[in-house]
Amino acid sequence: MTSLACQSLDVSIAGKLICTQLDLQLAPGQFWGLLGPNGIGKTTLLKCMAGLSCPDTGRVLLENQAIEKLPRRAIARLLGMLQQHTVYLFDASVLETVLTGRHPHLDYWEREGPNDKQTALDALQAVDLEGFESRSVTGLSGGEARRLAFASLIVQEPAVLLLDEPTNHLDIKHQVRIMNLVEKQVQQMQHCALTALHDVNLAARYCSHILMLFGEGEWQAGPADEILNQANLERLYQCPVEPVQTSAGKRFLPGN
Amino acid sequence: MIPTPLRRSLLLFLLILSIGSIFIASATGSVSLSWNEWILALQDSGSRHGELVWRLRLPRAIAAWVVGSMLAMSGCLMQVLLRNPLADPYVLGVSGGAAFATLVGMVFGIAVGFLPWLAILGALVSILIVFGLARGTGPWSGTRLLLTGVVTASGWAALISLVLSLSPDNSLRGMLFWLMGDLSYADLPFWAILVFAGSFILTLGLARSLNVLAMGETTARLLGEPTRHMLWLVYLLASVLTATAVSIAGSIGFVGLIVPHLMRLLVGSDHRILIPAATLFG
Repeated sequence: MTSLACQSLDVSIAGKLICTQLDLQLAPGQFWGLLGPNGIGKTTLLKCMAGLSCPDTGRVLLENQAIEKLPRRAIARLLGMLQQHTVYLFDASVLETVLTGRHPHLDYWEREGPNDKQTALDALQAVDLEGFESRSVTGLSGGEARRLAFASLIVQEPAVLLLDEPTNHLDIKHQVRIMNLVEKQVQQMQHCALTALHDVNLAARYCSHILMLFGEGEWQAGPADEILNQANLERLYQCPVEPVQTSAGKRFLPGN
Repeated sequence: MIPTPLRRSLLLFLLILSIGSIFIASATGSVSLSWNEWILALQDSGSRHGELVWRLRLPRAIAAWVVGSMLAMSGCLMQVLLRNPLADPYVLGVSGGAAFATLVGMVFGIAVGFLPWLAILGALVSILIVFGLARGTGPWSGTRLLLTGVVTASGWAALISLVLSLSPDNSLRGMLFWLMGDLSYADLPFWAILVFAGSFILTLGLARSLNVLAMGETTARLLGEPTRHMLWLVYLLASVLTATAVSIAGSIGFVGLIVPHLMRLLVGSDHRILIPAATLFG
């Protein structure tokens, strides 16, 4: 079982503290939500946890090994990250792009086989991009490009998913579709996910655990039903929040 | 874009076309040969026409073929490296560095055999300057590399003009011709073919990594590519290719820029197809 852990992690960007002494354990079967206002450092923290940048102090452990000691290829087989922005510059087909997710699993001269292709087609179907295989990536809409990026991530088959605002550009139907897919990865396959979100109610609906970044290094983490409350959310967003009880559980609306 | 099954036949077609071009080039020239004469000449390398074709035209045609291919390959690599469709060895100053070093070599009358080494040295110095300036403290950015490349290229251009204006009149003409891209003195040294074949095989092996690199450095790293090493390797390969091409035929621009684009339109962006296609078309 693969897990990702932070040990007394200090991360900062441009002299601004994002978190101090962050201890976190993403265990298999846990779906973490990462909440915080704009520019608080969610992306920077995710990048640090993906081993793309180094923390000021502390360690990130992937399968109990320091992530900076692992080769990128080994990391890529265990951990995948959906970046906030996907820019497709060169004209490639949708299928070719999804197949790049197989890259860490293929040898130097190896080509993608029928299994890889089937995985890719299944992933495209899962994100509602069937029939797009031969379309060019440069001609996709924002939402389609987003779903394509998510499909490549599924094809990569990582056990640890770091998702930077996966629901960006998506309509409600596809927001739910993507979040359901993440939930399936977490619950059925016992993977773990950390997902930066701006939609508190998506977090309330899907996440088992929440990490909040308040700024100036302060953070709070724990099971969602303990962390997601009016007081914390108002402190987090500096904005009145009104809790409402729905048939599916507690939800939050912007207050007056 | 051409559908996948057709791409292989396109490669075959390009192969035939490019080999054909070598033969056609050997049949045309200032001494016109009829087809019969040409075929006779091919069969008998000792005859007057045979000598013309075998000693003069074929080597030039093959040299042109290899130079074009190397520039095209190098252009492909640079465009991936900088994630910028405008990139090519000419724009980035690599050709300039190689040309300047070679010209200086010519002025000081260094033996012809050493000129290619000077070209490679010039290209490498050029890379070091570009990378050194572009890197600064921040991460590598394609735009910064490109800008630095363009600046370096104009620097080389100025130095080349300086060398030309200072050099003696009798050697000026030859130097100018060489700069403009002259194949008439070109012979194809064996090592150039080695460089060409070696880089071609290496590049093909790297093709899937190139696909991933084209999606950006962060994406490539997330997909398990050790990008720093890869970027250096790709830049080095591209530069050695360019330097070799320049040392044979002077600084020809254009081929490295336009061929990858033409082929990208035809076969798409998969470098496993793109590189052989561009190489053949070049």
